[in-house]
Amino acid sequence: MTDHATGKVFAVDDLKAWYGESQALHGMNFDLGEGELVTLIGRNGAGKTTTLRSIMGIVKNRTGSIRFNGEDLINKRTFQIARAGIAYCPEERDIFSALTVSENLSLPPVLRPGGISDKDLLAQFPNLERRKGSMGTKLSGGEQQMLAIARILRTGSRFLLLDEPSEGLAPVVVKEIGQQLLKLKALGYTILLVEQNLRFAKSVADRHVLVENGRVVDVMTTDALEADMARVKSYLGV
Amino acid sequence: MFDGISTQLLFSQLLIGLINGSFYAMLSMGLAIIFGLMNVVNFAHGAQYMLGAFVTWLLLDALGIPYWGALFIAPVVVAAFGLITERIVLKPLQDMDHLYSLLATYAVALIVEGLVRQQYGSTGLPYSTPIPGGINLGFMYLPWYRLWVVLFSLMVCVATWVLMEYTKLGAYLRAATEKPDIVESFGINVPRMITLTYAFGVGLAGLSGVLAAPVYQVSPSMGSTLMITIFAVVVIGGMGSIMGAVLTGYLLGIVEGLTKVFYPEAANMVIFVIMILALIFRPNGLFSGKERSL
Ligand SMILES: Nc1ncnc2c1ncn2[C@@H]1O[C@H](COP(=O)(O)OP(=O)(O)OP(=O)(O)O)[C@@H](O)[C@H]1O
Ligand SMILES: [Mg+2]
Repeated sequence: MTDHATGKVFAVDDLKAWYGESQALHGMNFDLGEGELVTLIGRNGAGKTTTLRSIMGIVKNRTGSIRFNGEDLINKRTFQIARAGIAYCPEERDIFSALTVSENLSLPPVLRPGGISDKDLLAQFPNLERRKGSMGTKLSGGEQQMLAIARILRTGSRFLLLDEPSEGLAPVVVKEIGQQLLKLKALGYTILLVEQNLRFAKSVADRHVLVENGRVVDVMTTDALEADMARVKSYLGV
Repeated sequence: MFDGISTQLLFSQLLIGLINGSFYAMLSMGLAIIFGLMNVVNFAHGAQYMLGAFVTWLLLDALGIPYWGALFIAPVVVAAFGLITERIVLKPLQDMDHLYSLLATYAVALIVEGLVRQQYGSTGLPYSTPIPGGINLGFMYLPWYRLWVVLFSLMVCVATWVLMEYTKLGAYLRAATEKPDIVESFGINVPRMITLTYAFGVGLAGLSGVLAAPVYQVSPSMGSTLMITIFAVVVIGGMGSIMGAVLTGYLLGIVEGLTKVFYPEAANMVIFVIMILALIFRPNGLFSGKERSL
């Protein structure tokens, strides 16, 4: 279901957010179409994570509008936003150390039909199957990342917020995560991906939202980004 | 055995230690569950325990409801009191420094204790045992009710532990203890879970109060005197570790009892000596690291 007025499934309008007195987002605007994979790109401290945390209502001091399936989520609580159909995979992965791998995997409740079953998830992520009984944080970084993505797929939510899944991982693992994302995209998931790894971003995404100092400075398709790498690199400061 | 120490004395003190340990275990377990999820040391725990004993006494005195009815009713009444306390007092403070919540629970303790004292006076009210009699084991006399207290509290501790470690609800609780935001981002109503967990911990205190009514005198200060020891137990066992709280509770009850046999002068302070040693040598608690931390 998309918003009839805009044809977009998700749209953020004039999103501002604060940590105490200090303002981190200064009016973010961007949107996603159904089934689209869009990245948020920007240098360290640009406000990418804050954007995802504001959407989820984890950063509570925020204004503007967050429309999803035609409903404004700005006044909703975190658990209500999740139940509206948005799933969040945090930058720190946030695997629970007091829970085993299989407990971690099956922790998120099934919120709506269409979630992937635990059995299928373990088949899709064979590393997790092998380490089912270990405590969550005993996994390698890459395995923890797989687990953090896998667990939110069981909820049935079709809109995923993924914060730098490639961060700090070996190239082969990054490649595997890229393949998983493409698989999800093929299944029709809508994905908002925070990414600093440009090669990775280009290999999976349709469009890119460039963020600087808590504002959107540009939105480019992957082709446009390819054609003007110098500009993108100046935003990223690389 | 040791010269001058009769087996009679040894076993009767062991039993008293085990009884006290049962209360230490149940109370510090509730405290640990609440602290784990809310990061708040519930200073009202002693008052809520006292409330459990008082409700038990009142049920009999005013309504003629005997012990076995109170065993179900009183914990529910005290849990409901906890639920209202959380909603009215703790929820508005949750985004501030946890110190405010701690002070608020202390205020609740003083208010509850004050009200009960004003209404019923400071002297203890007797509550007769629901299971009179006992059995002579040869080396000691074992009153039935004391056996019941030990077995029942053990059952409550084991049941709570199983709930925490082996059920979905327990997994939610352990996870929310670590990262409440992330658990809520899965669509779980964490604010409600916090309210219910607080009520559950408070209900456990109320249940301990019911068990205590026939053992100790029912008096307004019965909770505040016990609480000092309970805090020591929780510090020794490790803040927020359920298993640690339970094991330390029983252990210290027994240590205290044995000290009464072998060196009675030290019996009142042995727990605090252990607390100081634990703070110096195992500042995170005896059981942290070994157990899953809840
Ligand atoms: N918990 C917090 N308290 C105060 N300020 C914060 C907090 N988290 C982030 N900030 C500030 O908000 C701004 C945006 O941070 P954010 O984490 O959103 O950046 P980011 O784009 O995700 O960066 P990175 O690429 O390093 O992850 C930064 O200036 C940061 O210092
Ligand atoms: Mg970030």
